Amino acid sequence: MGMTIAEKILARASGKKHVAPGEIVEAGIDVAMVNDITAPLTVDALRGLGVKKVWDPKRVVVVFDHQAPATSIEAARDHVELRKFVAEQRIPNFYDVNEGICHEVLPERGFALPGRLIVGADSHTCTYGALGCFATGIGSTDMAAVLATGGLWFRVPESVKISVEGRLKQRVASKDLILRIIGDVGADGATYRSVEFAGKGMRGISVAGRMTVCNMGVEMGAKAAIVPPDELTKRWLAGRARGSYKPVHSDRDAAYAEELSYDAARLEPQVACPHSVDKVGAVREVDGVEVDQAFLGSCTNGRLEDLIDAAKILKGKRVSKRVRMLVVPASREVYLEALSRGVLKTFVEAGVLVESPSCAACMGGHIGILAPGEICISSSNRNFRGRQGSPEAEIYLASPATVAASALKGKITDPRDV
Amino acid sequence: MARVWVFGDDISTDAIIPGRYLAKREPRELAKHAMEGAAPEFARKVRGGDIIIAGKNFGCGSSREHAPIALKAAGISAVVAESFARIFYRNAINQGLPVLTCAGVSKRFSRGDRVGVDFKKGVVRNLTTGETFKAEPLPRFVLAIIRAGGLLQYLKKHRTFLK
Repeated sequence: MGMTIAEKILARASGKKHVAPGEIVEAGIDVAMVNDITAPLTVDALRGLGVKKVWDPKRVVVVFDHQAPATSIEAARDHVELRKFVAEQRIPNFYDVNEGICHEVLPERGFALPGRLIVGADSHTCTYGALGCFATGIGSTDMAAVLATGGLWFRVPESVKISVEGRLKQRVASKDLILRIIGDVGADGATYRSVEFAGKGMRGISVAGRMTVCNMGVEMGAKAAIVPPDELTKRWLAGRARGSYKPVHSDRDAAYAEELSYDAARLEPQVACPHSVDKVGAVREVDGVEVDQAFLGSCTNGRLEDLIDAAKILKGKRVSKRVRMLVVPASREVYLEALSRGVLKTFVEAGVLVESPSCAACMGGHIGILAPGEICISSSNRNFRGRQGSPEAEIYLASPATVAASALKGKITDPRDV
Repeated sequence: MARVWVFGDDISTDAIIPGRYLAKREPRELAKHAMEGAAPEFARKVRGGDIIIAGKNFGCGSSREHAPIALKAAGISAVVAESFARIFYRNAINQGLPVLTCAGVSKRFSRGDRVGVDFKKGVVRNLTTGETFKAEPLPRFVLAIIRAGGLLQYLKKHRTFLK
């Protein structure tokens, strides 16, 4: 019996010729990432274990993004302690508050490579699967075990294959595709499974778009989300990759627990309604709902092409007076590129607030906290009750173009109508 | 005899412990805000030993281990749910908070009912109504981690995961 990409990566990392779903393996980790929210608990746990040195400082990446720059005295204290930890452990890959969101920084800096096994103490670590690796989110104690030993136990997941054919139409984005899929599969429909996004349609989606799709794999419960690496992957990684890599592909006779297919060409703009990621419908169905805030950013949709999609809609116009629109580029690289191309100027001229790279409003800790009764249209990944502030606020998830069109009109708007 | 708190489907980690409290990491501080997004009175009214009964996909969302830490520090002695989100499930075990998957359980309990749980056998009893439910028993090494008080304590003893 052949193996899927996920099975092959786990087999290689655990020194086995073959693994099968359900099997428990102890695997060696290629890269381990922690951020400023999960690292403090990890460091506490590591000290609790009596471990003096992390197993391999070069394989550890530390990123400050959730509370960056420091959003409270406690956050500032955490940053101070973590900087000390990074220095003590001589961790070379440290990205302080000025670099961006972990899930953008790791791919940009060439850590996410085809065939690798990556763990991150953050649920959206599955984003890196867009580059053909097996990447999954873990908690802080598991991460302490990784930093101490370099390994972790995994249950080999069943694989699901989602084949995408056809081309996305004008003003329909990869975000609409993944929202539609989550609406069909359900918020727990892929729990414990690895989802492989394949097909010609997927190969036609940019690496940034693939990241958006894989990012939200966890919103249907997936342990990992993987796009088979191709020429586009190789081109994107040129000049970024840290070290060599060997692309891994699923065997022809690999077994899938379930197979689904989508025609991207038939898709229209989608929105996930409060308070669940799988309450998905066409934007047209909620057309006209008035919004107070529009958020464009996060590890789901804070990349350059997302900003460009939104800027095209706002060029030469002003956002509605009733809307506060926030744009937060996902990284310094994105920020700089958007700056030099005049994209940020378009936003500022349109009356938009442009903030420095961080998780920002998606975390509900700072920048754009919602009041009771307020409604936000957001390009991020979660619309759970209380996610962006008051539990009585409502969040609609949508594509960058839909966020921009809605900000322009002051109400939820199909981007094809502006 | 433990009392139960009953919650529905898709209780997210944002409901268990909202993002704005994550810079706090002292368990007692986190406990003050436990379940704030789902039941604001929870932290005030919870008693040591209480058990949470919930629907499907409990703990969905973030990898924040603050979630099981907050529940455990608030006094919760176990979570029994129709299903769990993957990362929360593992975090709870690593924190020594017992989690049990039990189909059909969420609709058959009301808040304040008394409950008895046998983790080894995988049996959940509603002592108020007399109903019994079959849960998935926990694997032996998971029980060992919980019994040790969490993965840290377990690793101190065993130095490896699977033995």
